[in-house]
Amino acid sequence: MKAMVYRGPYKVRVEEKPDPRIEHPNDAIVRVELAAICGSDLHLYHGMIPDTRIGHTFGHEFIGRVEAVGSSVQTLQPGDRVMVPFNIFCGTCFFCARGLYSNCHNVNANATALGGIYGYSHTAGGFDGGQAELVRVPFADVGPTIIPEWMSDDDALMLTDAFTTGYFGAQLGDIAEGDTVVVFGAGPVGLAAARSSWLMGAGRVIVIDHLDYRLAKAREFAFAETHNFARHDDVVVLLKKLTGHLGADVAIDAVGAEADGHLTQHITSAKLKLQGGSPVALNWAIDSVRKGGNISVMGAYGPLFSAVKFGDALNKGLTLRMNQAPVKRQWPRLFEHIQAGRITPGDMITHRIPLDAIAEGYHMFSSKLDDCIKPVIVPGA
Amino acid sequence: MPYTPDKPITPPSADELRARIPGWGADLDPADRPSFPKECFDPGATGAHWTEPERQGDDPRRERSIEHAHLTAVYGTAQPLHGVSGAIRRYAYARYSEGRAAHWLLLVLGDRVEAFGAHVRSLFTLRPDNPITETGILAEPRLRPIASRRGRVDLRHAWIDPILVAGPWVLGGWIVVRMLRRVFVRR
Repeated sequence: MKAMVYRGPYKVRVEEKPDPRIEHPNDAIVRVELAAICGSDLHLYHGMIPDTRIGHTFGHEFIGRVEAVGSSVQTLQPGDRVMVPFNIFCGTCFFCARGLYSNCHNVNANATALGGIYGYSHTAGGFDGGQAELVRVPFADVGPTIIPEWMSDDDALMLTDAFTTGYFGAQLGDIAEGDTVVVFGAGPVGLAAARSSWLMGAGRVIVIDHLDYRLAKAREFAFAETHNFARHDDVVVLLKKLTGHLGADVAIDAVGAEADGHLTQHITSAKLKLQGGSPVALNWAIDSVRKGGNISVMGAYGPLFSAVKFGDALNKGLTLRMNQAPVKRQWPRLFEHIQAGRITPGDMITHRIPLDAIAEGYHMFSSKLDDCIKPVIVPGA
Repeated sequence: MPYTPDKPITPPSADELRARIPGWGADLDPADRPSFPKECFDPGATGAHWTEPERQGDDPRRERSIEHAHLTAVYGTAQPLHGVSGAIRRYAYARYSEGRAAHWLLLVLGDRVEAFGAHVRSLFTLRPDNPITETGILAEPRLRPIASRRGRVDLRHAWIDPILVAGPWVLGGWIVVRMLRRVFVRR
């Protein structure tokens, strides 16, 4: 089969790889119809996530058709069209039994802090991902769901991670009616978090980014008030002034490891890998939220320590919540929202790329060219 | 002002927001939010028809975190350990827990060693690494390279990126040249 493979930092190409095999009785093999590049794939692409091996196939956002199933699979059969959550999870371990599907203890031999994720290095279990023609899907009776007839492919794809993670991020903010919510980052997860904040009753949603085209999307897609931090000397002071010097009630970090805006942080984290990520956005969140406020972290960070302003968080009495989204737990409610016309996650997609052009796709997304917000890979194109 | 009890800025009314934002307040009640409460004991909710999953196998060659009691029921088999990078990674997994910086820094070192080795090995194949096609840089002219970059804060560090990315390679090359010269001069 054809698959995207990692060749080292900033280098990917398409190669012929052996087809994936059923390796466990509850495995399925899925023929990928659409896959997406996620902002967190860029951390792998930039060589930031430890134990990303040459030959690895990325891609944890994908939908497709079941090609084959293992002997214990009961709910799927070849031919079914499925959406696959980015988390791999067993369904019955201590954590899965409590709904913490992203923290499954049965799928990642390489780490206990992180569950299993498709195409996200051996730190996340060593599973090849969906930017390929075929992919192995473990625990097929637990993770995937048959795509409802009425749901568009684009909406289904965005629910496998990006939109669902943003929605989950808004929940972690514990938004109360009328709250002011500030979202750092207007990438797909930030857009989804901003849009979802309204569902939870926010009174005001402010989105901060440095890319005008993404801020325009935040106004159109998420009905948000937007500010370009590159045009302001100090984003914390800006946010204090915007909120009557109180600060926001809730801050959502939808940026993560490669936050721009501070040169030394960029060098020590993104380039020298001496931090688990550049915590610029997280520190801005800590500084700009009000005392007693809530911080939700949706941005992906690496496992190493980061220079986070923990003392300020302590002194302000903040509540910090974070996790990888337990995607499938969110789906029934999100399906209702889509069917009721409250959200259309597929509207975040801006570019479609054939699998053969994946290197150009990564370069475009990484360098933020051509107003790219969410690129989608079409393996059959 | 925050110096008095009330919020300094009053939000628009619920009716006003409901008229302007599709679906406003649909999840206003935390009970409608799927992750509330955070933990909810319901082992039957996932579709799993086992109490403990069948094991994929117990491959003794497969690395694992020493924080795990045993190899997990399911594990990835994407890129097994091999060569020098494999030895570094195996040591990182066998010796250090995830709580130790050495664990992660050794894994990053393993990544760089493997990338260097894979690049050199590729030069002896019919498809050597090609930095022109594999970095996707050929797409630049089609993607509005100048207009797309105008006004961005990442321009502030753009100058230093090539130094930090190419610098170690140049430095490594210089060390190799110096070592070779030393060997030849001695002879």
